[in-house]
Amino acid sequence: MVRPVIEKVGIGAVQAIEEAGYQFSLFVESLYWLIVGPFLQQPVRLRIIVSEMMKIGVLAIPIVVLLSFSNGVILALQGIATLKDFDAESQVIPGIAYSVTREFGVLIAGIVVAGRSGSAIAARIGSMQMSQEVDALRVMGIEPVRFLVAPILVSMLIMMPILTLFADTAAMIGGGLYSGIVLSLSLTTVLDRSFDVLVLYDVMQGIYKSLVFGLLIALVACSNGFSVTGGAEGLGRATTRSVVMSIAMIVVADMVFTYFLTR
Amino acid sequence: MNTAEQHSPQEPIIEVDGLVAYYGSRKILDDVSFDVHGGEIMVIMGGSGSGKSTLLRHLLALNRAVSGSIRVFGRDMGDVSSRELHRLRQRMGVSFQNGALFNSLNVEDNVIFPLREHTLLDDNTMRIMARMKLEVVNMAGFEKLMPAQLSGGMSKRTALARAIVMDPNLLFFDEPSAGLDPVVSADLDELILRLRDAMEVSIVVVTHELDSAFRIADRILVLDKGKVLVIGSVDDVRNSDNERVQNLLNRRSEDVVVDPDEYMHRLTDELTGL
Repeated sequence: MVRPVIEKVGIGAVQAIEEAGYQFSLFVESLYWLIVGPFLQQPVRLRIIVSEMMKIGVLAIPIVVLLSFSNGVILALQGIATLKDFDAESQVIPGIAYSVTREFGVLIAGIVVAGRSGSAIAARIGSMQMSQEVDALRVMGIEPVRFLVAPILVSMLIMMPILTLFADTAAMIGGGLYSGIVLSLSLTTVLDRSFDVLVLYDVMQGIYKSLVFGLLIALVACSNGFSVTGGAEGLGRATTRSVVMSIAMIVVADMVFTYFLTR
Repeated sequence: MNTAEQHSPQEPIIEVDGLVAYYGSRKILDDVSFDVHGGEIMVIMGGSGSGKSTLLRHLLALNRAVSGSIRVFGRDMGDVSSRELHRLRQRMGVSFQNGALFNSLNVEDNVIFPLREHTLLDDNTMRIMARMKLEVVNMAGFEKLMPAQLSGGMSKRTALARAIVMDPNLLFFDEPSAGLDPVVSADLDELILRLRDAMEVSIVVVTHELDSAFRIADRILVLDKGKVLVIGSVDDVRNSDNERVQNLLNRRSEDVVVDPDEYMHRLTDELTGL
């Protein structure tokens, strides 16, 4: 009875290690092409990076701003309701500033990018794999990692911190507006108080995490795309898996990083 | 019929020796050996599951051989560095079964794509070159269409234009006639013949279409269950006394003798409580 379970766990563990190894190899190969590519007349094309930045970052700004603004308001609602018991409602302002810059801004940006771009990247590479477009690239002497993965990786590493800053700002405005109304303060006063308590390291905590999240989303999405087999059903499975894995990895990575960054 | 003798038999462009390939534990290719000469059209023919697509993937160095060797342009494909493979691939053109056009690019940009990646030509020159190749494959006027707007024949012709845009020395076609009506298929065959004559290129065609194979081939290699049944001219293949070859040529299904014990084993294998 126990043996099949152990076998399944073992097979799962081996597959997970294989997958992690594959993702790491995608990362190393992307770095290779970014650094060595220009000397081999095979650069990672700037126009593709810009196009990916547009898709991954610029088009995600409205939804990131909306969700972050709402999150800021929610934090203010919960904060004021909780702090009322201790007669410390005014402390909601630094509370929001810390939690947004260190935690929630980057988390919302990460989850939105994982949901939007993680699935889109996996689906795009997966459908290219199915229709032999990836093979076509290879036989044309164009390395798929240089052409497909490296631009996505660079775009993620540029756009995730930018989206995080947008998310931080929107959440602080959202929380600030609500707190201001309840505490009879102007938004400028609330934001001034927020910036008084914040130090650069608070914002940088979010930025460091955003780089890790961007890396994870890019590698998980690309590896899932390249491993598509089994037609449309396989493509759907890989797309879903990409989103679920990205979000799960983001949250776990967040926990680990928060542990080290707050020590 | 096109005989290899019409073209100067030079050094082989492709030399395959004792190629063995597996998918998992299943042997797909078993000791396959042949060569392709300069300016020759070699047709690799066989039914479904004969291993011809796997053979093509090995020739393109998309899969690595378990044993045996593949030499293309005199270089061992199992032993070349990635830089050399990159250079070798620039001398090859491939037309995939369904075209494998990039769906996000229009016809013209698909054809320009290899030029953009491998040359430093200015944009106008690349466009002129792409349009020249589109003229060759009768796709002039369709430059701005997206792949989703093309018929099967148009996709294949566009893929062909993309395959020849770098003026390769070696062209591969995967099932050029598959999914096309007989007239379009015949047009494509004529196009392949014209290309060979105009570009002096060696061509490897993988197909299961007999009419197409006989129309364009200088030599035919017949694969069956991963083994080479016969290699020779069109007449050699037509006159082969191999029963499997004749079955394939005459579209006869093979009567498989069923061993009752083996049949029962297959039905009950891995079932418990029996």
